Amino acid sequence: MGIYEEIASNKRRSYLLVFFFLVFVIFIGYVVGFFYGSGYFGIGMALFIGIIYFLFSYYGGANAILAMTKAKEAKKPQYTYLINTVEGISIAAGLSKPPKVYVIEDSALNAFATGRDPEHSSVTVTTGLMEKLNKLELEGVIAHEISHIKNFDIRVMMLAAVMVGMTVLLSDFLLRSFLWGSHGRKKEGGNLTVIFIVVGLVLAILAPLIGEAIKLAISRKREYLADASGALLTRYPKGLADALRKIRNDPDPLVDHANKATAHLFISTPFRQSKRSFIKNLFSTHPPIDDRIKRLEKM
Amino acid sequence: MVATWLIIVIVVVVILIIYIYNSLIKLRVRVKNAWAQIDVQLKRRYDLIPNLVNAVKGYMKHEKGVLEEVTKARTSLMSGSMKSKAKASNQITEALKSIFAVAENYPNLKASENFKQLQEELSGTESKIAYARQFYNDSVMAFNEATQVFPKNLFAKIFGFHKEDFFGADEKEKKNVKVEF
Repeated sequence: MGIYEEIASNKRRSYLLVFFFLVFVIFIGYVVGFFYGSGYFGIGMALFIGIIYFLFSYYGGANAILAMTKAKEAKKPQYTYLINTVEGISIAAGLSKPPKVYVIEDSALNAFATGRDPEHSSVTVTTGLMEKLNKLELEGVIAHEISHIKNFDIRVMMLAAVMVGMTVLLSDFLLRSFLWGSHGRKKEGGNLTVIFIVVGLVLAILAPLIGEAIKLAISRKREYLADASGALLTRYPKGLADALRKIRNDPDPLVDHANKATAHLFISTPFRQSKRSFIKNLFSTHPPIDDRIKRLEKM
Repeated sequence: MVATWLIIVIVVVVILIIYIYNSLIKLRVRVKNAWAQIDVQLKRRYDLIPNLVNAVKGYMKHEKGVLEEVTKARTSLMSGSMKSKAKASNQITEALKSIFAVAENYPNLKASENFKQLQEELSGTESKIAYARQFYNDSVMAFNEATQVFPKNLFAKIFGFHKEDFFGADEKEKKNVKVEF
């Protein structure tokens, strides 16, 4: 039962991410609090702020993402066909409740799923995707997205986004106060500046490491897995393979409202693709599309 | 010493039985839920058909037979065993197909907004039924498999878990999963 193990391991991953998040917050809180006299007070404050930030982004994150990408809820009768397709495939996946359906007015071909669990999830597609894909291809893409929902990939991705946001925010805050501090209080100098430099350096090292950990968590393997379980839902891997081929050949892969924070959500990278190099593969959020097509065609 | 071992063995066996029982129950609940999904979609189509007949009636004066066929199949759908439901459901699918095929000859009908929406809804429901059936049959397969493998089959018998039936699962139909009107 591959898929059920996958769901369990994704839930474990989610707890791990939350754990790292807490450790990170406590660490920062202690360092900052240390300057102002009490490390423990700092921990308290950081936990308070961190938990509020966490709750806000965990429960409001999906809506923030939808707002960021300018997605609008799909309504009948204009989008009856799309809504029916999403509902049909979520029945095939055995979801207790179909995800909400959103559209982005954009000629690019792309789609993503988000949410914190299958009961609170949504599928978004661009209008370009709806226009240029046929029924079987669209079903393939939707099945891929619904697999992300069923496998709890969406939760891991959401938590990852929260963590990256918090890390960037905190490092930024610390580095700024370090720069500001060294400027304004040159003469007081001493310990304060030294410690700030150390913390700044530690964070500068830590942030990319955390970023890397998150990349592993949302590893590109998830895309292959969603391709495979999506094919199992439609019983027609060729549909998704054809869709991916169309997406690859589309001259306009750019979703205008995508940015680095939302890139990893989409079914194919929303940025313009230049030539692939080894290094780029190593750090890209998506596996090469040709490889995905090849695997689907072998099924 | 013997007593302690005996207790340990009994505890392990009891835990094992509880585990097996729960896993069988879980699978059976999934089958029940999957069946409910099929029923929901069948009901939805059942409710949509009179609307379609009304929308089409005025145009298709010479093809009364097709409409009667779908109405007849519709009434036989809501009662009876799963087998007869599956059969009626397939009849409706066929009858709807011929209605939409005939509709091709009536440009006015095809242009009507109401008809277009009904067609969209019905073809959506049709594929939802196909997907619901797929999930149901997958669930039945998982459940039946669990009741047949050793040692679960022993407990399945004791607790009265019986094999469930597939929903209209002949091979020809399976290939028909994609319905395009």
